[in-house]
Amino acid sequence: MSAIEVVPLNWYLMLSTILFTIGVLGVLFRRNAIIIFMSIELMLNAVNLLLVAFSSYLSDSKGQVFVFFIMAVAAAEVAVGLAILMMVYRNTKSSDINVLNKLKW
Amino acid sequence: MKALVLLSSLGVIALLAEIFSFKKLMYPLVLLGLITTFILNLSDWDTNITYYNMMRYDNYAVAFTSVILVIAFLWFLMSESFFKASENLTDHFALILFALTGTVIMVSYTNMTMLFLGIEILSISMYILAGSNKSDLASNESAFKYLIMGAFATGFLLFGIALIYGATGSFDLTEIKVFIASHQGNVPPIFYAGVLMMLVGLSFKVSAAPFHFWTPDVYQGAPTVITAFMATIVKTAAFAAFLRLFSTTFANVSDTYVNIIWIMTAMTLMIGNISAVLQTSTKRMLAYSSVAHAGYMLLALLAGNSYSNSAVLFYTTAYSIGSIGTFCILNIVTHSKGNPARTTDGIQSGGDTVDSFNGLGKTNPLLAFVMTIALLSLAGIPPTAGFFAKYYIFTAAFQSGYAGLVLIAIVASLIGVYYYFRIIIAMYFKESSDEVVVVQNNHQLLLILVAVAIIALGIFPDFIIRLL
Repeated sequence: MSAIEVVPLNWYLMLSTILFTIGVLGVLFRRNAIIIFMSIELMLNAVNLLLVAFSSYLSDSKGQVFVFFIMAVAAAEVAVGLAILMMVYRNTKSSDINVLNKLKW
Repeated sequence: MKALVLLSSLGVIALLAEIFSFKKLMYPLVLLGLITTFILNLSDWDTNITYYNMMRYDNYAVAFTSVILVIAFLWFLMSESFFKASENLTDHFALILFALTGTVIMVSYTNMTMLFLGIEILSISMYILAGSNKSDLASNESAFKYLIMGAFATGFLLFGIALIYGATGSFDLTEIKVFIASHQGNVPPIFYAGVLMMLVGLSFKVSAAPFHFWTPDVYQGAPTVITAFMATIVKTAAFAAFLRLFSTTFANVSDTYVNIIWIMTAMTLMIGNISAVLQTSTKRMLAYSSVAHAGYMLLALLAGNSYSNSAVLFYTTAYSIGSIGTFCILNIVTHSKGNPARTTDGIQSGGDTVDSFNGLGKTNPLLAFVMTIALLSLAGIPPTAGFFAKYYIFTAAFQSGYAGLVLIAIVASLIGVYYYFRIIIAMYFKESSDEVVVVQNNHQLLLILVAVAIIALGIFPDFIIRLL
């Protein structure tokens, strides 16, 4: 029995769901762009935790390989995201997303 | 598969062009590359090869790749000035080509891993391109919103994939389908949760209501050529991916989601069309119209019968060609009105209202004529391609017993006629003292191709409908 399986699978499922929900609420309610990025990372890492737990319980390595893909893509996404945030900051001198309200009718 | 290899090598060549300074050759090279890819792609027809259980290049993939390549060719004709104006010309070429690589993966995946990677390759390129007008705050805002909403949707998609993996122990579409078939009645509940999470994620990507709210902002803020790319190629690929998953793998658990898609379709159709009526900016109106068109395509997805695939293929073709035409003319018209009026906060105000089309019928008969044909096609008036596109979608939905929804769709498309005709009326019946707009040669070629394609598809719709 691997170390992961000391904790029952349902607990992992609950923990991941809670972390994911915290991430979703963070994206929806926080106003600071950096914290929104962190919340998105939290969502993706909740998925990673879930995949690793399932992978271990199913004794199947595919889930863990998928985690590597998610990590790589998340890194690329954050790199692009921070570059866009820098661009916004240069024009507005703020990382508060309330300044981004120009597009509406 | 040839398309995947060729497009990604072309992207790498575009990056090398910066180092070995043959930037000027890039534009003709890409056009030539797209034509070559298109021809070689057709040779994959009926081969049906599976690559490492990750991608299957079946006829569905070949057909959608071909449509995407044709639209990409038209798009490149439209956007030469976009590449000329920028100092990062090669980067933009590379990003567009990598985005096209992503679309090829999205139409041919047989594994959740490839679905995820295809969507991300496409999306990450698009985040950068949406913000390519670095000094314009509207473009910045558009890129930022696109990134946040795109990553948010990806989170839902991934959580769905993880739950499905937990329930079935596989990422492979065929294995998941076999699992569902062999566990009738005792599929673990987390599987259904996973299906619904994936539905939410993909609805974000195709901008179906109530997950459409980012679309108008992103489409309005991004440079017009990039908006054209998002409204046509990205939407086609996202729908092809959506349909590929839900019409095969999840077809046996359709009870879980049909009611949800029913409501989403009705909402998308009504919200898209009614909001489009209320817009003053033409670009934002076209953005809402693209939301509305997602509703019609959802109708085919909901129908889920043997007509769905060909109906969606035809619809995406007709819609994309019409949209490329309208966005190209919108770009020409807004640019010709000198520097569009800018308020102090750097946002375009005026310049792209319906009034900027006033009197176009007299000053530029070609522009007005092609615009009329494209708008008639988007509105679904015979004998254009758009009419048959809607006809096939409605037939597919009707045969699956969704008569009520077809009725809603017909009412919605009548509302659509109103805002499309507002532009046509402005072009032909309103006076304007503006001088003649100069149209570049490749734009003229594009407009003629668009007009011919819309009429030809309207007269011979069988050509595409019989493919799938």
